[in-house]
Amino acid sequence: MTDGNRREFLLAVGAAFLSVGQTVQRSDSAGRVYDPGRAGRSMTPLTAADTDAGIQVIEKKLRCSCGCGLDIYTCRTTDFNCTYSPALHKEVLRLAGQGKTAQQIIDEFVGQYGQAVLMAPPKRGFNLAGYFVPSLAIIVAAVVLVRVLRRWTREAPAPAPANAPPAASAAELERLQRELDRLPG
Amino acid sequence: MTVLGHLSLWLAFLVGLWGGITGFVGGAQGRADLQQSARHATFALFGALVVAVISLEVGIFRHDFSLEYVAAYTSRNLPTFYLWSALYAGQKGSLLFWATVLSLFAVLAQVLTSRRHRVYLPYVAAVTCLVTTFFVSVMLFAANPFERLGFTPLDGRGMNPQLQNPGMVFHPPMLYLGYISITIPFAFAIAALLSKKLDTEWLVAVRKWTLVSWLFLGVGLLIGMWWAYVELGWGGYWAWDPVENVALLPWLVMTAFLHSVMVQEKRGMLKKWNLALVLGAWLLSIFGTFITRSGVIASVHSFTQSSVGYFFLGFLIIAGVATITLYVTRLPLLQAEATLESMVSREASFLFNNLLFIGIAFSVLWGTLFPILSEAIRGTKITVGPPFFNQVNIPLGLGLLALTGIGPLIAWRRASIPNLRRQFAVPVTTGVFVLLILLVGGMRDIGALMAVSLGGFVFATVIQEFARGARARHRQYNEPMALAVVQLVARNRRRYGGYIVHLAIVLLFVAFAGMAFKTETQATLRPGESATLKSPYGQVYTFTHLGISQYNALNREITAALVEVRRDGKLVGRLRTEKRQHVDAIGRPTFEPSTEVGIKSGVREDLYVVLGGLVNGTEQAVYRFTINPLVWWVWFGGFVLVIGGLIVLWPGGAPVPVKGSSASRVQAGYAVKLEPQP
Repeated sequence: MTDGNRREFLLAVGAAFLSVGQTVQRSDSAGRVYDPGRAGRSMTPLTAADTDAGIQVIEKKLRCSCGCGLDIYTCRTTDFNCTYSPALHKEVLRLAGQGKTAQQIIDEFVGQYGQAVLMAPPKRGFNLAGYFVPSLAIIVAAVVLVRVLRRWTREAPAPAPANAPPAASAAELERLQRELDRLPG
Repeated sequence: MTVLGHLSLWLAFLVGLWGGITGFVGGAQGRADLQQSARHATFALFGALVVAVISLEVGIFRHDFSLEYVAAYTSRNLPTFYLWSALYAGQKGSLLFWATVLSLFAVLAQVLTSRRHRVYLPYVAAVTCLVTTFFVSVMLFAANPFERLGFTPLDGRGMNPQLQNPGMVFHPPMLYLGYISITIPFAFAIAALLSKKLDTEWLVAVRKWTLVSWLFLGVGLLIGMWWAYVELGWGGYWAWDPVENVALLPWLVMTAFLHSVMVQEKRGMLKKWNLALVLGAWLLSIFGTFITRSGVIASVHSFTQSSVGYFFLGFLIIAGVATITLYVTRLPLLQAEATLESMVSREASFLFNNLLFIGIAFSVLWGTLFPILSEAIRGTKITVGPPFFNQVNIPLGLGLLALTGIGPLIAWRRASIPNLRRQFAVPVTTGVFVLLILLVGGMRDIGALMAVSLGGFVFATVIQEFARGARARHRQYNEPMALAVVQLVARNRRRYGGYIVHLAIVLLFVAFAGMAFKTETQATLRPGESATLKSPYGQVYTFTHLGISQYNALNREITAALVEVRRDGKLVGRLRTEKRQHVDAIGRPTFEPSTEVGIKSGVREDLYVVLGGLVNGTEQAVYRFTINPLVWWVWFGGFVLVIGGLIVLWPGGAPVPVKGSSASRVQAGYAVKLEPQP
């Protein structure tokens, strides 16, 4: 066995040991990994704009159009196979680079992609029904429930007359209360 | 085996129809022979479907890729563990699984139902047979798992990488068990309506079945949340996705029922309401199945769009109309036996609790369907995402949390002012105390403040109930306090199991509130470089990229990134996050590379590391680092919920009181035995 072969053999054994029986190929000394193709889409280093909090706030209000149901920021930092969210992110950065405010960027997206691009519909017009119908329904149901309960309580048998003789002495009543207190609930 | 499976489906279809007809006719005419035949039909139906399942499993394990289903969802190198779950990984197989489990529940209903509820069984057999037959017919006419390809591929496509996760092995069956078993209470409700035996008896027969469904569905939802958290990589566990939402609907309705049923058992009230809840929960489960399987609303969880949606829509409409018609015709028979005595009573608090449960269910349903409504009415497509649901549902959820504490503090029938004062003093003080501590500690998020302080209030309520009960036993039987607590729970499992579920709800709400303080950052790191992130508790975490390694394992090629984690300079551990390229048996990539998250879970917070990718094929990696506070408590809360549910479900304990009996009066707390004083 030559020196080179021995080194390769020892490296392979060491790597196999580290991976607990699995085939391992460590990245080479140049920093390139053995097979970049299996690591998914190649990335570019993040820029300050990519991690900008203001950009994130905007992107969290806009939906990715890949069908994942996530916002642009979450999709581009979760589904790294998605080609839509990086493109939409670039669009946000481009508009931000033009000096547009967050609202102007969002309006621009709505103009281009329709209201469906917003993670929640704007609170106006028909959409108000979306926001307020559940609350209104619950309030109406609560009012109805209170009325029904009042009617039921009125229909309940009248309590024993106030001047009826007590069924037990004060001491007995006190004991009764103590016993009741002892009962759970 | 394929032919056998196909024949078994046809046999199941015919037997199911027979069971449906004989059950209804036998029940209506009181014919014992037909009733017996319907009962036998449920057994035969189960047997036929088990043969079909075995046939499909044999095809899966033999890698019979001439079967379209086997080729679409498995491959030769798919681990055995996931070969089992391939049965329900796709639309067709999951329909078979569904029908088989439903037929199993139908058999259990026939076998386990006590003698005094036998009168309902012919109708129960009929309903369960017909519902199972519907699922079998969907398979036979629209989604046959035994469909053959015109050729035999060398290898199958394999299972979606996201489904190759232990969570996905258990999540669908649990969720299905929940969904499917709702059919049994529904069948008993229909049986009660048809037989006109609408006293409290049918409730006793279905309460435990409903609890079983509720528990399975709850566990299914929780495992689904766990799977979403560890597998999908977006850093959360609930995205208000339509498929998640529709699974929540029957669970909410059943939770409402499990509360209001107590009012009917103790007071003979709310008969119409309870029946409506049971019927509604089943209809919602079919509605959820329609949404999941039709693709009518876009969801990452749904099966591919197919014609089965029309079957489910048709079934939903027919079943809905028939159920509502039957219910309406029987309304005159559902008169309350008692009236409410006071607005301040346990009965009234249960009604408000039901109002909120149904209100939340309605708002979730409304939000889920609103995009369709908007498109139909205005022609405008809109998205209803988490911001909408959080805005609408958080206040309702907080109201419900408050009622979780208030309900048990109010006496049945009528609560007096001194009684209320005595009951509320400690819990309210605790809630206010927690609120003050949080405010002093600097918490300003209103939702989180409310959730945690109300959590304190409910927690104190439960502890107070346990303490009073245990003290009473301690005094009465001279038991040590620890034994008294155990006996207290053992002797009244339903009540104290329920309180344990309330504790679980507190844990879940507090854990949900924790996500308001989530922090995250992204970084591009070379080996040896670090990124820092401050936790909500003020500690600084340092994440150091150690390097990348690539290796093969089973059916995938892995690119793993190793990250060292330090908290305020102290080594916490190492996390590994991966990219996985799944391949078939001959090394061909089967799906796009997937991401495996690195998670270090703790009681305070979870560290959540995601490998975004590599820069130009080098070891320089793009990461997302997230700190998710209190997520561990979601899983622990789920565990407590299951324990509480099992305690309630466990046979024995206090007998279910029959209305008007002395037992019910003792339970209701208005019969006290006065013993002579020494």
